Amino acid sequence: MTRRTTLIINGEEHVVDVDHRTTLLDLFRHHLDLNGVKKGCDHGQCGACTIIVNGQRINACLTLACMHDGDDITTIEGLGTPTHMSALQRAFVKHDGFQCGYCTAGQICSATAMLEEAKAGWPSNVSETLSGDVTLSDEEISERMSGNLCRCSAYAGIVSAIREAVSETDQ
Amino acid sequence: MKQFEYARAGSITDATAAAASQGAAIIAGGTNLIDLMKLEVMTPDTLVDINRLELHAITSTPEGGLRIGALVTNSALAAHDVVRREYEVLSRALLAGASGQLRNKATTGGNLLQRTRCAYFYDTAMPCNKRAPGSGCHAQGGFNRILAILGTSDHCIATHPSDMAVAMMALDAVVEIENTEGEIRQIALQDFYCLPGTTPDIETVLNAGDLITAVVLPAPMGGTHIYRKVRDRASYAFALVSIAAIAKMDAGKIAEISLAFGGLAPKPWRDRAIEDLLIGHAPTDALFDRAADVLLADAKGQGANDFKIPLTRRTLKAVLRTVTETAQ
Repeated sequence: MTRRTTLIINGEEHVVDVDHRTTLLDLFRHHLDLNGVKKGCDHGQCGACTIIVNGQRINACLTLACMHDGDDITTIEGLGTPTHMSALQRAFVKHDGFQCGYCTAGQICSATAMLEEAKAGWPSNVSETLSGDVTLSDEEISERMSGNLCRCSAYAGIVSAIREAVSETDQ
Repeated sequence: MKQFEYARAGSITDATAAAASQGAAIIAGGTNLIDLMKLEVMTPDTLVDINRLELHAITSTPEGGLRIGALVTNSALAAHDVVRREYEVLSRALLAGASGQLRNKATTGGNLLQRTRCAYFYDTAMPCNKRAPGSGCHAQGGFNRILAILGTSDHCIATHPSDMAVAMMALDAVVEIENTEGEIRQIALQDFYCLPGTTPDIETVLNAGDLITAVVLPAPMGGTHIYRKVRDRASYAFALVSIAAIAKMDAGKIAEISLAFGGLAPKPWRDRAIEDLLIGHAPTDALFDRAADVLLADAKGQGANDFKIPLTRRTLKAVLRTVTETAQ
């Protein structure tokens, strides 16, 4: 049982006939050759498959492709290239924000959208007050990134990289 | 994952009609349902996708409260200006749950209906009265660290995993439901969930074809709001114990208090006897201990979760101390 579905992925329109059961994650990796998106747990627990849909970060493993007809999707391939990296990608390289690199695409997609959430003033579980501007302290960054696990435990580098990207954006 | 038909609802009437058929399941955010379908814990014949329905708005009610559309995401609800200002306990509870990615997908209606995280419910090789009625409950005498100490039965000791619903319980929220006839009814969240008894597979009062369209909050209570969540890691974990507390003080005495508990029972737990005991009294440790006595009078540990009984007492006392001091 399939359904014709149109997706805008990294600015390019894709029309696909997807099995109802196919998640966005499996569609990218098995059908569209977008292997930057990684499959870790496949149950929404690790964040390796984080993508940005209509401006918001979600787990690609926990959503069916057929439900996303017409959606605008950004994967790591849409954020930068080896020669034209995004500010966050450059910061991850500079601060060793990874070891094996398997979680990195998810970390960077997640952080990219997280910075927008902070700019919009969304509070977090560690925010002292629920009103006013958000200052992304290390504690705030860690809390907001808790949906992305790194089993090499490169967290210190990840937080440093995001902190640097924040200060670059602020300038 | 088993094969299924996919139907996209264009109207509430579409959705309720499709959802009424045998083997149909409604899908909104899908963060819990898709996981359960991958594991074949849930195997719907038809998925009814309601995401295109106009249930995304948060609006004021004539009574001064808030009507939260069933498809409002957990992120949008937590960040909403009025919720942050007037219903702080709800923002705090939402932000204490799941991860940023999941909150962006998870919806208000779906959060209420998420299933227990009991390991036996998730493992189709094990018996589970909730998943396969009559097959037994191996959580009793088994791995039950995260499971319930209140409201359980010999058939099931599962906990309801929501943080959002705990805050809504303290806020006297009402669930708005539309049926296949187009009739709308409102059910207090307090009356929405069923205890397991002999039928742990029946979790709510919803009938086939019923669709949650909104959650309605009464006018703000004011007071001091706290959501305290105790868990195995600092973020992105389910509650071992959580408490939503709203309190108002008057001349050194507790004038009003509302308390709801997560992680303890098959539903978000509220016991008005605790509130009645506290109201009109000056806050003291002895009073807080009596409140804990009432809450835990029927508490029953299952071995690995025995620790929840003293943990709940200590957490309740800490929350009462903080909320009454802050509200002075």
